[in-house]
Amino acid sequence: MRWSWRKVEETFFRCLMMAAVVLVMLILLWILLTILVRGVPALDWEMVSRTPRGGFYLGKSGGILNAILGSLFLTLGATLAAFVAGLPVALYLTCFRGDSSRTAAFIRTVLDVLWGIPSIVYGAFGFVLMIWLGLRASLLGGMLAVALLILPIMIRGMDEVIRLVPRELYDSAYALGATKMETAFRVVIRQAAPGILSTVLIALGRGMGDAASVLFTAGYTDALPSSLLEPVATLPLAIFFQLGTPFPEVQERAYASALLLTILILVISGVARWLIRRYARQVVR
Amino acid sequence: MLRWRQWQERIGRHLLQGITLGCVLLAGLMILGLLLKSWPLLQEQNLWSMLVSRDWRPHRGEFGYFPFLAGTLWVTGGAMLLAVPLALLTATYLSEYASHRVCTLFKPLIDLLAGIPSVVYGVWGVLTIVPLVKNEVAPWFGRFTSGYCILSASLVLAVMTLPVIIHVSLEVMQAVPRELRESALSLGATRWQTVKKVVLRKALPGLLAANVLGFARAFGETMAVIMVAGNVARVPGSIFDPAYPLPALIANNYGEMMSVPRYDAALMLAALLLLGVVLGFSVLSRLVLQRLQRRWR
Repeated sequence: MRWSWRKVEETFFRCLMMAAVVLVMLILLWILLTILVRGVPALDWEMVSRTPRGGFYLGKSGGILNAILGSLFLTLGATLAAFVAGLPVALYLTCFRGDSSRTAAFIRTVLDVLWGIPSIVYGAFGFVLMIWLGLRASLLGGMLAVALLILPIMIRGMDEVIRLVPRELYDSAYALGATKMETAFRVVIRQAAPGILSTVLIALGRGMGDAASVLFTAGYTDALPSSLLEPVATLPLAIFFQLGTPFPEVQERAYASALLLTILILVISGVARWLIRRYARQVVR
Repeated sequence: MLRWRQWQERIGRHLLQGITLGCVLLAGLMILGLLLKSWPLLQEQNLWSMLVSRDWRPHRGEFGYFPFLAGTLWVTGGAMLLAVPLALLTATYLSEYASHRVCTLFKPLIDLLAGIPSVVYGVWGVLTIVPLVKNEVAPWFGRFTSGYCILSASLVLAVMTLPVIIHVSLEVMQAVPRELRESALSLGATRWQTVKKVVLRKALPGLLAANVLGFARAFGETMAVIMVAGNVARVPGSIFDPAYPLPALIANNYGEMMSVPRYDAALMLAALLLLGVVLGFSVLSRLVLQRLQRRWR
């Protein structure tokens, strides 16, 4: 009797857990299928090749080239800035502070906490910064907010990669008389390069998909991005605004834009994943 | 030559240290910046009375945050109720039952779920969840709703927090020492008994932390919620009522905030409240996770 109860309990929970896993996967599938099925019919060449014309938000002709280019410029700029600021920090944590350092552990905790701060707060903070700097809603302001948003992701990602670099490599470099700076920038970076690149791509994807941080800071415009100090359109906001209109034709475009954004991000993260797999083997272990 | 390299080293080290310090100070700077912007309002009105007041009339200078706080709590609470069991069951299966191959297959899929932008979740919510709640769920309970309500927002949010909770829980459970499992199994315990009495018990603080992280994530989520929650500034009475969560308040009103006196301060204070709550919860859970890591390594 005791034995059979154990068996029943085991089977019950195993089934429950399998059901949960299947459900999670079905939800993922459901989301992707919904976006695909509703997006594809509305997607055409005009969507991606032209800017909004007069009456675009009433259902007239035009496309979202402004948002696509705006998102690309903004995210590339922000990613570059976050990379330049983040790489030194990631190197510092591992190369200058040991693995057991308390300071490094503290900094990592702070970065993890920063990671969890909602993007709308980054948007609000970016807005405060812009007021202090005398900027108005612009490409530069958006870059600033998104750069801050992806900085913790960038640092922690690169940090994890750099920590995987084997200890022997440092020792060999030191034994040859290299300073810590030289070791960090000439040996460690080279070793961790594929991982660093994939982290950059992951951060890029995150920055591209975020809407709440650019809401205050980048503004929105129907024109193509022309200058750092002009407002710029972004894809997530384009989706948001188009969906907010009462016209079905415009809402259709929101679905197409959502499909476009999803594809962009999936491709970016796919490449990142492929890079990790492809190059992880060639690195010295 | 040697001297130059030594200088390079010294300058470089300080530079790196400086940049690192800057990043760490960022958190403090955020609090400071938002506090400075909301200071005028904080001087005029009592923070506590604003938190419990139900009147949100910016034009008359009345800023009561209670409907928004209540809305956030309803939506987030509902999301956690839905997400936690599902996430824990999934994480347990992937960590304890699934073969290595299945696990390596599923992990990228869960990261994929985490990588989908929140606007896309919002679009999905509007297309599927909202009609579902309006046409199927609400009539089943004998209620009428537009579909843009707490239940819809909770459902969408739950899906969005799933990957966070699963990811962290999985890491925590996989970090439980292998020997413990083997001892339990060798004493004749079944798989589930081992999971229940050994792994889950050992991983409990970490699992708690994982869920708190998920909560913090859901609490600050903006774009998806704004699209499905309905945004009516009233204290909700049931899950079929619309809600107006705090992040949605900030995002919806940035356009007019410069034209009404103290409105900008009120919105910045809302951001500060959000930041405070999320910071509190995530610092707590990170500390727990870090202690566990140090103990098990």
